[in-house]
Amino acid sequence: MTDLTRRTAAELAAAIHSRATTAVEVTRAHLDRIAAVDGAVHAFLHIDADGALAAAAAVDEALDAGRAPASPLAGVPLALKDVFTTADMPTTCGSRILEGWRPPYDATVVRRLRDAGVVILGKTNMDEFAMGSSTENSAYGPTRNPWDLDRIPGGSGGGSSASLAAFEAPLAIGTDTGGSIRQPGSVTGTVGVKPTYGGVSRYGLVAFSSSLDQGGPCARTVLDAALLHEVIGGHDPLDSTSVDAPVPPVVAAARAGVAGDLSGVRVGVVTELSGEGYQPGVLRAFAAAVDRLRALGAEVVEVSCPHFDYALPAYYLIAPSECSSNLARFDAMRYGLRVGDDATRSAEEVMALTREAGFGAEVKRRIMIGTYALSSGYYDAYYGQAQKVRTLITRDFDAAFGSVDVLVSPTTPTTAFRIGERADDPMAMYLADLCTIPSNLAGNAALSVPCGVSDEDGLPVGLQVMSPTLADDRGYRVAAAYEAARDAAAGDTLISAVPQLEVAAR
Amino acid sequence: MPTISRTEVAHLARLARLAVTDEELDVFAGQLDVILTSVARVGEVAADDIPPTSHAVPLTNVFREDVVRPGLSQQQALSGAPRAEDGRFRVPRILEAEDRLAGPTMEAEQ
Repeated sequence: MTDLTRRTAAELAAAIHSRATTAVEVTRAHLDRIAAVDGAVHAFLHIDADGALAAAAAVDEALDAGRAPASPLAGVPLALKDVFTTADMPTTCGSRILEGWRPPYDATVVRRLRDAGVVILGKTNMDEFAMGSSTENSAYGPTRNPWDLDRIPGGSGGGSSASLAAFEAPLAIGTDTGGSIRQPGSVTGTVGVKPTYGGVSRYGLVAFSSSLDQGGPCARTVLDAALLHEVIGGHDPLDSTSVDAPVPPVVAAARAGVAGDLSGVRVGVVTELSGEGYQPGVLRAFAAAVDRLRALGAEVVEVSCPHFDYALPAYYLIAPSECSSNLARFDAMRYGLRVGDDATRSAEEVMALTREAGFGAEVKRRIMIGTYALSSGYYDAYYGQAQKVRTLITRDFDAAFGSVDVLVSPTTPTTAFRIGERADDPMAMYLADLCTIPSNLAGNAALSVPCGVSDEDGLPVGLQVMSPTLADDRGYRVAAAYEAARDAAAGDTLISAVPQLEVAAR
Repeated sequence: MPTISRTEVAHLARLARLAVTDEELDVFAGQLDVILTSVARVGEVAADDIPPTSHAVPLTNVFREDVVRPGLSQQQALSGAPRAEDGRFRVPRILEAEDRLAGPTMEAEQ
């Protein structure tokens, strides 16, 4: 293995476990890569070189002592979205209000990663409190897309997606409230999975919209995402909304998919997730992907989900409403920023001054929209009606999954847009979540797998595969089959087309 | 539907404990109006007889055994506090001057 950073997580694990290389060597290679390119990409908010090397050394020591690997990913490095609490690293959520905050406990996802011997390299950049689709809403500056450093890497998990595309890490963790794993995956040519709601614990995941937030795996291949999914997934008594059911057999499904036979699989193309507002090159790449699924034996039909047209407005009422309540915890009293405490001002004044200084514009907008939507007199017309629309969207999914096994669409209507292009137009930014939101509202599983590049700009396009609740394995099977066929046809992986960042480094 | 005024945005900001500036009020008023007008489209859906969904996974109460287990230590709980004193959170005054003279009475809801 010449360049360890170009390998998949599965390949790295195999080489580490067979002692062809060591976890320390692999970790060092990724830390070196970060040092070389993160000045240009800015995927990380915090890098824990010492902690990562110590964790890697512990894995090597156990393997050298003849013990079995703690998990199939033991020794493999990972980039962690800065929205999960870590006792040994700061947790900022991309916000000034939590600058430098060191939580007193680890999130369950973090605990599981450590127990599995996964090496956490550091914390990745994100839109503040996961509100955004470009990572421009981070208080610590934007992350840049490794495909084109003038463009956004998606959001809110743009740090995680960019770290993968920049070969700074083979694995990453994201969270998906309205598309924050899948849309960054789409625009960076990487794989992003939103598990079924409740499939991955939310304990220690700083809450934005509790009924929608879901952590999940990010990787450069479908199999790697599946391996990570099985490490972090499963019931957690510390999260009362965690599903008490076995993790769907996603690794087996990904391995089965690689065989490339989709005969008997019924694929539904969602009528409503196409047409006006979609970039023509995205639609062409999507159509070619659907053709490929058909060539693999899938039976493709068109399916209408009429209420999906109302998913975006319903989401932008429900998510801000929950956020206005959740973010009330940032009150300048127990942790985080406090400003204006001059011994004359009241707690309430200090609270308002702190929140004004500590939150960015998008967070303030959403808190105010949520406050509005939950006000008496507006509640029924806004929040109440949005909850009813949510029911209708779930019913659309139920009806569709009565006749097909999975649904497909483009992951997001366009390729990566330029940094700054939508910064002053919140509604234009919200449209990036058009195709991903329905699965957050209904809670079912959905993922994005790269499906080539758009012919007008050469930037990556994502194929979204949506599966029924707790049938996450279906998406993995279809995506793995598609990915294998795509790479076979192209003669190489899509991600290998990312430009040389050392040259581009500024 | 909505045209949201600058005054209404100022009211929302106060409810949400955000000491927004005058310049922000100008920007936010326009932006919130665009957003709220757009999301008001949910009203087009005939849904009078549809039950609301508050959560993707239908759940009732989740119970666990009532056993004592360690929580955060005092030191851990105070580790992120902006100010602490005598092992407690040090907070700015919570009563107005006249309240302090009059003693602890409930402030009327606004």
